[in-house]
Amino acid sequence: MTGEQIIFLLVALFTLGSGLMVVISRNLIHAALWLVSALFGVAVTYALLSAAFLAVVQVVVYIGAIAILFIFAVMLTRKDMRDQGPQMNANWWFGAILSVAVFAGLFFLLQGWSGLAGTASAIPAGFDAIGELGDALTSPNGYVLPFEVASVLLVAALVGAVYVSFNRK
Amino acid sequence: MSFWTDPLKVTSDWLLGIFTGWGMPEIVAQILIGFLGIFLLVALLMVLDIFLVWIERKVVARFQDRIGPNRLGPWGLIQPFADIIKLIIKEDTTPGGADRVVYNIAPMLSMMSVLILWAVIPLAPQIIGVEDLNIGALYIIAAGAIGTLSIIMAGWSSNNKFALIGAFRQVAVMVSFEIPMLTMLLIPTIFAGSMGFNAIIQAQYPLPFFLFAPLAAVIFLIAAIAELGRAPFDMAEGESELVAGFNTEYSGMKFGMFYAGELLHAFTFGGFMGILFFGGYGLFGLEKIPALAWLNSPFIHIFVLLAKAMFGYWIIMWIKYTLMRIRIDHMLAFNWKFLTPLSFVLLMVTALMNALLKGSALWVYTLGMFLSNVVLGWIALEVARVYSRRERAKVEGLKSVAEAAQH
Repeated sequence: MTGEQIIFLLVALFTLGSGLMVVISRNLIHAALWLVSALFGVAVTYALLSAAFLAVVQVVVYIGAIAILFIFAVMLTRKDMRDQGPQMNANWWFGAILSVAVFAGLFFLLQGWSGLAGTASAIPAGFDAIGELGDALTSPNGYVLPFEVASVLLVAALVGAVYVSFNRK
Repeated sequence: MSFWTDPLKVTSDWLLGIFTGWGMPEIVAQILIGFLGIFLLVALLMVLDIFLVWIERKVVARFQDRIGPNRLGPWGLIQPFADIIKLIIKEDTTPGGADRVVYNIAPMLSMMSVLILWAVIPLAPQIIGVEDLNIGALYIIAAGAIGTLSIIMAGWSSNNKFALIGAFRQVAVMVSFEIPMLTMLLIPTIFAGSMGFNAIIQAQYPLPFFLFAPLAAVIFLIAAIAELGRAPFDMAEGESELVAGFNTEYSGMKFGMFYAGELLHAFTFGGFMGILFFGGYGLFGLEKIPALAWLNSPFIHIFVLLAKAMFGYWIIMWIKYTLMRIRIDHMLAFNWKFLTPLSFVLLMVTALMNALLKGSALWVYTLGMFLSNVVLGWIALEVARVYSRRERAKVEGLKSVAEAAQH
């Protein structure tokens, strides 16, 4: 076993353990903090894959924006932030079945994939990942249309949020 | 290659020789040397942090026409050590009903979010924390996200209303001022064609980016001060209303961690000002002159970078001890209605001017960039002046109506 594999296994255990704690902790703020650590584990996985840009964006977007928003929402909607809710709600069996089904599906799907057993080819020296990503997102032969459609969707969401919260006098 | 031109490489080769001589596998020895390097950097930063306490107290004293610490040692230099001893021997209290684990993790996370910033700072061309990280600019924002998290954890776990309100305010400020900061980080990226700090510094020869984008430097400084939570944006601590804000319940060294983290954070952002707009470790092109080639040593580079960081830190202190606190609603309105639109327009104008002037002579490029920044800043201030005058007239008009009704 190489050093990288050991690190990957530790990170994967950390991420999965945090994910489990998100589901089973009784305190909502603790669940949100465990979610932060699970997302951080995903960022470390990206870093292990030499995708530094994705790793940093994962931290900026998911921890810096979404997780903070979660914590804010919990803090602003609960009367007492130390309340201990029930551990499971009525849908727990449905969630369990769904997650097992997704895991089994991915497992069987990946078994037939040749890339699972092979090793990735090395990244050539001087490979500019961000430059390639930027070119792909803005070139007509690449993904310029989905990129623009996604930005239109975001603008629409922004306008909608302003409209909903606008206080007409 | 000698110790003077590349001390880290020479030292690590020497250590590698010793460790492998002991029969250690090479990979283990390299990991060990990497950890030693991290330990060295963090240890130097913490020692620097001790002296930052002294510098901060001395400088604030001069701004307030006092002398500052002057009893212990020459110029009061031993004072910070006395401060640390005091912090360590203080009682370590935990408020009743506090969330113990989160309460104890928060100060560590706060200090950590500052220390990890130094992983991307190039101290010299050869001394880079993470090699070839082409995302340095985004990394600052990511570390800031962890800092935000530490503050919200501290405020929530203290079981104290003042702490919670302070944390709310600070997080609102940090989340909103992140946007102009991220936008301003893109402007050196446009000039350098890379987000890596080493490339940004190398691109600042012969002219530093401050001359291309003075307005961007000013906006970045304002956003950085807000991110640091220092006056005039220090409503997270707001002594007159919130006791001490998010760190109200912390005592002893746990409070010390927040305090030391804040000082080092301010110094680090002074360093980012130096790196992004004033040429980082470069000595304004002096080291490129053949007769002065001996200046090309990491020792000189580190000294230059620290001097520039210290200058940025001094400006941040100057602002802190000169201006008074702004109200939170004014501050958020200032960010969302003035700073964010201005920074977006500035980014677009800079990208456009860069595309137009790319092939022209250096002086045309510099003049065009400088003038576009100045004109844009002037227009923005004029718009703000007209708007605020109208708002003031509205409020004063209401006042005179109320006075007339009373009589």
